[in-house]
Amino acid sequence: MLKQTPLNSVHRATGARMVDFGGWDMPVNYGSQIEEHHQVRRDAGMFDVCHMLVVDVTGAGIRDFLRHLLANNIDKLQTPGKALYSCMLNPAGGVIDDLIVYFMREDWFRIVVNAGTAEKDVAWMERQRAAATAQLCIQPRRDLAMIAVQGPNAREKVWQAIPGSRAATESLKPFQAAEFAQYFIGRTGYTGEDGFEVMLPAPEAADFWNKLNGLGVAPIGLGARDTLRLEAGMNLYGQDMGEDVNPLEAGLAWTIDLKSPRDFIGKAALQAKPAKMQMLGLVLLDKGVLRGHQKVATPHGAGEITSGSFSPTLNQSIAFAHLPLAVAVGDTVQVEIRDKLLNAKVVRPPFARNGQAMV
Amino acid sequence: MSIPSDLKYTKSHEWARLEADGTVTVGITHHAQELLGDMVYVENPAVGRQLAAGEECAVVESVKAASDVYAPLAGEVVAANEAVADSPEAINQDAYAAWMFKLKPANPADVASLLDAAAYGALVESEAH
Repeated sequence: MLKQTPLNSVHRATGARMVDFGGWDMPVNYGSQIEEHHQVRRDAGMFDVCHMLVVDVTGAGIRDFLRHLLANNIDKLQTPGKALYSCMLNPAGGVIDDLIVYFMREDWFRIVVNAGTAEKDVAWMERQRAAATAQLCIQPRRDLAMIAVQGPNAREKVWQAIPGSRAATESLKPFQAAEFAQYFIGRTGYTGEDGFEVMLPAPEAADFWNKLNGLGVAPIGLGARDTLRLEAGMNLYGQDMGEDVNPLEAGLAWTIDLKSPRDFIGKAALQAKPAKMQMLGLVLLDKGVLRGHQKVATPHGAGEITSGSFSPTLNQSIAFAHLPLAVAVGDTVQVEIRDKLLNAKVVRPPFARNGQAMV
Repeated sequence: MSIPSDLKYTKSHEWARLEADGTVTVGITHHAQELLGDMVYVENPAVGRQLAAGEECAVVESVKAASDVYAPLAGEVVAANEAVADSPEAINQDAYAAWMFKLKPANPADVASLLDAAAYGALVESEAH
């Protein structure tokens, strides 16, 4: 039996094509996923991300707990509402999950984790909590719904849908959140566009969704979510990173704080195994479509695509690839597709953001 | 619109039409394009290639996935539709107009062994449940 979000019946009534996404019955598209992609780059679209899990960490000693739990440095968060992207590593340096953590107060941090890893994540956090002396509480919030509204006009639409919210959220910087009435509104997302992720009580999710739709915000499925995040140069857990992947080889070095004296889970292991590979982008020069697991031939050795698809913004196929360190941006490499070797150019992601091609 | 009665079908979601000149025109069904979503790439078999019935001979790729296309019956490829290779979205717009290739069947009587519209409709229905 697949799990359902509070918006399941709304998707079905809209004619969405539904798929099993990590045990959740989710919309992959509502018609053309390319049109949905353009809608987000050009105007505003909304995503049901209720399958992701909100976890509240409350009590005393949270900062110490998160300093040890997370690979990014929680002390970068000093202004209430500010958020940080981080990996949560295992002792071997593999990625248990990637997440966003919001600092609200010294006694309340909010973490958002991926759907497929949620139970594992909470169990891991609980285990670390039990091992520490911290007097804190880790509370999964399945009572909350989350809707991402993304695109150049997304914030304006949210302000129209939630009267009075503009004053509370207009001054938010990217990666910052604020509470307004029963809403938690963060200027975050997974598309490379401006917008908000809005958390609200689950019973109100359908009304909020319909209200946004009435304001011209189109529903967007997981299909376009994937091409948007790929263009934006954002990794997907399970494809571009995972427990068996060295995050330093997966384009995540910028999120891993090896410089500060702070110790965190996985640090020693990462220091002991320097990166031999790197994550870069590919743009296919020949006709075809790049896909995960295709082999890449380079003069410096073999590589492999981790995520690939068609970029509606570039009208070309693009990918993230795990490549030898000697491969440089601007090189041409060859990708093996059905026994043919096709040419691809090496680029540094992102491919597109804020409506514009970047490569 | 989705299952024209004048065409023949395969279990692997190709359609086939016997033309007056004895050739057979092949494409993928409306149902197949609906499952795959927005088409972005089509790779047709080379003209002159000899195909066995059921042989993998072409590829269609949507944003979402790649899918093989199989020869509905044995024969020689006599034409490939360049227009569809240049504009794969034509398959989404009208799967029965956007043909992929034409075969000269090794045995024209093979066409009769393909599914008719009613049988294909039943197959689509059974896969939906």
